[in-house]
Amino acid sequence: MAERGRVESTAADEQELARGLRAGDPEAFENIVRTFGGRLLAVTRRILHDEEDARDAVQEAFISAFKARKQLQAEARVSTWLHRIAVNAALMKLRSKRRKTEVAIDELMPQFRDDGQHYVEPLVSWVEPADVAVGRKETADFVREAISKLPDSYRMVLLMRDIEGRDTEETARELGVTPNAVKIRLHRARMALRQLIAPEMQKRAS
Amino acid sequence: MICREVTEFLIEYEAGSLDPAVLSEFERHLGRCADCRIFIVQYQETIKAGRQACAEQHADAKTEIPEELLRAIMVAIGKVERT
Repeated sequence: MAERGRVESTAADEQELARGLRAGDPEAFENIVRTFGGRLLAVTRRILHDEEDARDAVQEAFISAFKARKQLQAEARVSTWLHRIAVNAALMKLRSKRRKTEVAIDELMPQFRDDGQHYVEPLVSWVEPADVAVGRKETADFVREAISKLPDSYRMVLLMRDIEGRDTEETARELGVTPNAVKIRLHRARMALRQLIAPEMQKRAS
Repeated sequence: MICREVTEFLIEYEAGSLDPAVLSEFERHLGRCADCRIFIVQYQETIKAGRQACAEQHADAKTEIPEELLRAIMVAIGKVERT
């Protein structure tokens, strides 16, 4: 059982907490909030830069997690699962706060001339590697905001596959879609994100 | 193979699951198309950028949840349970 204020957890601790969570045990849930709440608050603060919004996002994340507790797979780590739910809650809040609507995914796909042989706009290399660029706070913020603009069904797949590291089958089970739909959405989400972050990545390159 | 097809086959290329005959055409196209080479690098860099921007390791593990937030969450959960 997790102790008050404890912030580190082992896989065995997490399995025990996950069992309690799936069973709907309120004491287990309180332990989960104590164990992971602070870390999730740090995540939402980093995305939102506003204490009240960050706290709201953590609360919304835990409510979502509680409602979705039966979807937590036996082999999944509670910490990683909660992390993704908190990131998503914060991104949603970011999108509503900026009053931005989601983008139309088709407009962000690579555009070709009629023969499909040439890109409409020539591609410009990004000089800096992603890890260097995203090491800067403003670029990291730009990338997170771009993710927040993706349509929900694409953003969820991107978060689960690329951020949370779940495999295609697990993602498909949790979202109630086919593995092929997960692959297609992931590919389109990545291409859309590439298009959204390109201006920032090219700006750094100049 | 044309550029449009390269972008369509890219996810399978990344997963290493392209049929060998298609892979050979794919790579032949890359050999002569600078735009597609740039596109693939940017696709890979986008995955890294998204992952790093949302990475768990940046979170401050020492942060503790404020007691009033914990209480508010437990009250909210209680309401969810009753509905």
